[in-house]
Amino acid sequence: MRTLQFLLQKEFRQIFRDPAILRVIFVVPVLQLLLLPWAADYEVRNIKLTIVDHDHSDYARRLISKVTASGYFQLDQYTDSYNKALKEIEVDKADVVVEIPINFEKNLVRENEATLFLAINAINGVKAGLASSYLQSIIRDFNNQVRTEWIQIPRFSPEINIDVRSSNWFNPLMNYKFFMVPGILVMLVTIVGSFLTSLNIVKEKEIGTIEQINVTPVKKYHFILGKLIPFWILGLFILTIGLFIAWLLYGIVPVGSLFTIYVFAAVYLLAVLGFGLLISTFSNSQQQAMLVTFFLFMIFILLGGLYTPIDSMPVWAQWFTKFNPVTYFIEVMRLVILKGSTLSDILPHISIILIFAFVLNTWAVINYKKRA
Amino acid sequence: MDTEKIIITEKLTKRFADFVAVDAISFFVNKGEIFGFLGANGAGKTTAMRMLCGLSKPTAGKATIAGFDIYRQTEKIKKNIGYMSQKFSLYEDLTVKENIRFYGGIYGKSNIFIKEKAALLLHQLKLEKEADKLVGDLPLGWKQKLAFSVAIFHEPQLVFLDEPTGGVDPVTRREFWNMIYEASERGITIFVTTHYMDEAEYCSRVAIMVDGRIEALDTPEVLKSTYTATTMDDVFLQLARKAQRSELG
Repeated sequence: MRTLQFLLQKEFRQIFRDPAILRVIFVVPVLQLLLLPWAADYEVRNIKLTIVDHDHSDYARRLISKVTASGYFQLDQYTDSYNKALKEIEVDKADVVVEIPINFEKNLVRENEATLFLAINAINGVKAGLASSYLQSIIRDFNNQVRTEWIQIPRFSPEINIDVRSSNWFNPLMNYKFFMVPGILVMLVTIVGSFLTSLNIVKEKEIGTIEQINVTPVKKYHFILGKLIPFWILGLFILTIGLFIAWLLYGIVPVGSLFTIYVFAAVYLLAVLGFGLLISTFSNSQQQAMLVTFFLFMIFILLGGLYTPIDSMPVWAQWFTKFNPVTYFIEVMRLVILKGSTLSDILPHISIILIFAFVLNTWAVINYKKRA
Repeated sequence: MDTEKIIITEKLTKRFADFVAVDAISFFVNKGEIFGFLGANGAGKTTAMRMLCGLSKPTAGKATIAGFDIYRQTEKIKKNIGYMSQKFSLYEDLTVKENIRFYGGIYGKSNIFIKEKAALLLHQLKLEKEADKLVGDLPLGWKQKLAFSVAIFHEPQLVFLDEPTGGVDPVTRREFWNMIYEASERGITIFVTTHYMDEAEYCSRVAIMVDGRIEALDTPEVLKSTYTATTMDDVFLQLARKAQRSELG
């Protein structure tokens, strides 16, 4: 125990003397939470719209103003040549072209039927998909408006109209920040935890001090614990800063208890730190450790369900996410913060992460060899 | 167990793939000796020393350090030895005092022991004013002397010094050797590698390694008369010329 005390004292001194680490601890959480939730937003705005109007009717104008008034679209060009509009897409000035055919109004009024043509620039798949669904829903709305104005709906309409209204549970306003911020918190804790630990042992290898430690009677697990505990505390500290910023800037207060979050984070950090330590026992230089950590954790985070829902991944990728600790933490954070899940609800998650922590740390201790 | 012999090796060998770094060396070191381990770069000095310290696992052969087996009792050996590596290995981002306290602590020394011995040591090294300075800010010569003092802080029976005076000016080198003598007088056995031949003259006995083997081992006087040389430098050159191996650096 006394040995561990000396090791911890040394690690903390070194951490607090390293301006780079201090910057990481204080600046990274603030910046990530300040910037990312605004940028990493699934809502697509400012879709550039070109309208080809062959009709020039009152209805066409009303449709156009309805589309532009929605706030999602920016009118880029109003023209009567389809080719010209397509050119706009080619030079990336337009994302969507709406073509209003001749006799649009006439057909709509007389025949109760009209055709519109949409051309969408699908280079950015997310934007294209959302633009088209926004437009369709605006047009549907417009359509309903017109019908109630002009057409006497028979008591029993031959066309069945099902009006779907949905309510978004746990995030009633579908606020993307509520959805993203818990995920970004996970990213923060993960990146800081894994990078700092993976670099730490390698740094001692590089400057040669590890050799001096290796000729002392210090036990392997003491040494590893001496490396793990400081970063474990730092990780929880960063989580605290993050939760505080989430509350201050975005008014996010966990529905569930903070205690649940901390219990899970405590276990999760053991796993992530174990991973970092494992990488550092395999690496010989800080660059090597950095690159390996970067590579692995980029995959972990991209396949962790932060940006894309896991349910829509292919089956093999879904299998992979089961071996990805990040997935579990993101899920737990969202469950606890948005839904108010309790400790007993996330027990399966905790158990799995405990296994991760155990395996990774044991592996790290075994792989750290005091002699070559 | 021979208590007078603190290191005994028997055909100790280290192979890296098909390269034999240390080729079946057998020797012993008496308690209280200053034992010099000489050789050109790449002769296998450091590798041999790393095996004896428990930093490197031998491929074959036997050895005991302070009566403990080099394969099975490495942790017991580590309690009884000190080691100063070629690379400077104190923590540059800790102060002089913090480094001393840390190494004393992990060897399990009591707080009182650490406090008293640290004060004495700082006084001897005339580092009292620098006690709270970061080690990284000290000049190289002071760092080396401090590293040596830290290596023997826990009062080991035996200390391994791997080219301790590399890159140090002649005055500091002399001071360093005075420290080695002092430690030796206190009963600490010294095992030192070097390629400065004037330092070899200071040793009680000297082993000269060529191509992973010990080519000669005796007191400097006997070696000089055997090879009819006036200095250890001549002895070394006669032996080193036989080397087949190119420099490994």
